[in-house]
Amino acid sequence: MRNFLNGHISVDIALQLYETMQRIRQFELTVVDLFARGKIPGFLHTYVGEEAVAAGVCTALRPDDYIISTHRGHGHLIAKGGRFDLMMAELFGRRTGYCKGKGGSMHIAEPELGMLGANAIVGAGIAIINGAALTAQYLGLDRVAVAFFGDGASNTGAFHEALNLASVWNLPSIFVCENNSYAESTPQRQHQKVKDIAVRAAAYDIPSVIVDGNDVGAVYLAAQEAVGRARSGGGPTLIEAKTYRWRGHYEGDPQMYRSKTEIETWEQKCPIARWRNALISSGIPAAQLDAIDQRIHEELEHAVTFAELSPFPDPAEARTDIFTPAPEVV
Amino acid sequence: MALVTYREAVRQALREELVNDERVILLGEDIAEFGGTFKVTLGLLEEFGPRRIRNTPISETAILGAAVGAAATGLRPIAEIMYSDFFAVAMDQVVNQAAKMRYMFGGKISLPLTIRSTMGGRRSAAAQHSQCLEAWFMHIPGIKIAMPSNPYDAKGLLKTAVRDPNLTVIFENKMLYNVKGEVPDEPYFVPWGQAKVVRVGKDVTIVALSDMVDFSLKAAEQLAAEGISVEVIDPRTLVPLDIETIVRSVQKTGRLVVAHEACVTGGVGAEIAAQVAYRAFDYLAAPIERVGAKDSPIPFSPILERAILPDERDVIMAVHRVLDYAA
Repeated sequence: MRNFLNGHISVDIALQLYETMQRIRQFELTVVDLFARGKIPGFLHTYVGEEAVAAGVCTALRPDDYIISTHRGHGHLIAKGGRFDLMMAELFGRRTGYCKGKGGSMHIAEPELGMLGANAIVGAGIAIINGAALTAQYLGLDRVAVAFFGDGASNTGAFHEALNLASVWNLPSIFVCENNSYAESTPQRQHQKVKDIAVRAAAYDIPSVIVDGNDVGAVYLAAQEAVGRARSGGGPTLIEAKTYRWRGHYEGDPQMYRSKTEIETWEQKCPIARWRNALISSGIPAAQLDAIDQRIHEELEHAVTFAELSPFPDPAEARTDIFTPAPEVV
Repeated sequence: MALVTYREAVRQALREELVNDERVILLGEDIAEFGGTFKVTLGLLEEFGPRRIRNTPISETAILGAAVGAAATGLRPIAEIMYSDFFAVAMDQVVNQAAKMRYMFGGKISLPLTIRSTMGGRRSAAAQHSQCLEAWFMHIPGIKIAMPSNPYDAKGLLKTAVRDPNLTVIFENKMLYNVKGEVPDEPYFVPWGQAKVVRVGKDVTIVALSDMVDFSLKAAEQLAAEGISVEVIDPRTLVPLDIETIVRSVQKTGRLVVAHEACVTGGVGAEIAAQVAYRAFDYLAAPIERVGAKDSPIPFSPILERAILPDERDVIMAVHRVLDYAA
C-alpha cells in the first residue's frame, strides 16, 4: 500500500476506502446467509473479493456523478452511498425497498445517487452510460459517468460500440472492467485470447490502465486520473481492474469449473485485509477500524430487521409504474 | 393550412420541438449533413448545429443505449433507426432496457425517449429493408407505438411523442414520404390513443394501419360502386389502442376486416381481432378477416414483392368474404 504510505491518499480517504469495502463485504456475507435461509427470493450474485474496485472508483467520484452497474451490483450501490435498509428491503421484495420490490437484486437502482441501475443483461449498461455522459457534456455539467462490467461483457457488441461512440464524441465516460477471471463459469482464457482487456482501448484511441483490482489505493488513484481527464474534457478511459470472484457466479453455483486451491490463493490477496494491514502499519489504531466494523454490523442488523418488518407490496401495485402519466397536450 | 409532404410534416415536428426545448436532441446514422436516408432531417444541422443534430457511427446499440441513458438523466432524445429491420441488432436496448427501466426502478425515473424508424416494402428493398415489425413492439409492455398514415398525423403524433415522458416508437412509412396532405400552419398536437374514423359506412368496418389506410379508402370507393358501404378506421397508435372506437363501429356494421402490411401470422391484426371478438362477439355476423402480407421474407423482384404484399384488391376480397359469409 505504498500509495497510502507515499502520501498520495489522505487519512480520511484511506479510512473511507476501508469503510466502503467493509460495508460491501459485510452486506454481501449477510445476504448470503439470508439467501441460504430462504429469506431472499430469486438470484443472488455477490461481489465478495471484488470490493476494492467499487470502493476505489466510487470514492473518486462526486455525489452527482453517474454510475451504471451489473447483475453483481450491490457493491456499486453501496459505494455510491446506498442505504442498507432500503437495499435489504428491495432484496426481500418489500414495498419499502429502493424499487418498491419491482427490481430486486439484479435491477436495484437509485437515480438520486446517480446510480442508474444494476442490469441483468451483460454489457447493456456500457452502452447506456454514454447517454448519461452525453447529458453531462451537453448541459455543460462537469459530471462523469462510470460503467462497471466484467471480463465477460468485454466480448459483447455493446462494449465495442460504446467505446467507439465515447471516443468519437469525446464523452466523459469511464469504463471500468472488473476482470474477475470468469464469465459466469467460463475462464477468461477460454472466452478471449487477449490477457489484458485494456489493450482493446487502443482500437478506439482511448487511454487505458491496468490496476491490481485488490489494491484499493491503486484503484482509487487510477480512477482519480480517469475522472480528472473526463471532467476536464479529456474524454473516456478504460480501466481494467484485475480481481477475483470468491464465491460462485450465483449463490448455489457448484463451481465445478475451478479448484479450491485457486480460490484459496485469491483469498490470500483479500483487498480488505491488505488495506487494513496497511492502515495499521501506518499508525491507524486497530481499535478505530474495529469500531468501524462494529458500526457497520449494527447498521446491518437494523437493516435486516427493517426489511423483515416491512410490508410486501400490494398486489394492486403490480401494474403501476409502467408508464409515467403523460401531460395533456393541446 | 398548407399542402405539405409527409416528409416535410415530420421535419416540421422535429424543428418545432427542437426550437421548443433545448433538451431535445437528434441522434442517428447519416442524419446531419446527409439529411437522413429519406431526407427527413435535411436542413436541421444548418439550423441547430452538430451539438443537437448528431451523426452516429453505424452502431444501433450505441445509438439506442446513449438515447436511453440521456433520457434517463434529463435530455429528451429523438433517436432514428434508419430502417426498422435494423432494430433487430439492438432490441435489447428497446425491450430489456428502455421499456422496463421505469418499472424496474419502481417508478423512480421517466424515460422521455422517442425513436423514429421507417417501415414497409414496395420499393424492391428486399428482405432486410422492408419489414413491418410493429407486432414485436406491441408485445412488450412499456412501449407506446404510432403508425401515422398521413402528413397531419405524422406531424401531430410526433410532436405529442416528444412531449411524452415515456418511450415512444414511431414507424414512418417510406412509401408515404412524398404524399401530400393538409397541415395547419400553427403548431398542433395529435393525442395518442384516439382512433380516427376516416370514412363513415354501415356494412363493414375496416381497421387499417399506415398505408393500408389509403388502400382501404381505394377499396371503399370501388365497393361503394357495388353498393357496399365501408367504414374505415385508422387507430393511429397501437399503444395506447383505442379499441372503443373500433368496437363501436363493429357494433354498427357487424363485420370487421383488419388490414396491415405486416405478415398476417402473429401480426397486430390478430390482437385487434381477438379484442373485438371478445368485446363484440354477439354483434359479429361473420368471422373477422385479416389482410396482410403472405408469410414470407419480402422478395426483391417487383413482381414477387407484389405477390406477397397486400393492396386494395386484398381488402376488397376480404370485404366480400365477410359479406358473403353464411352462418
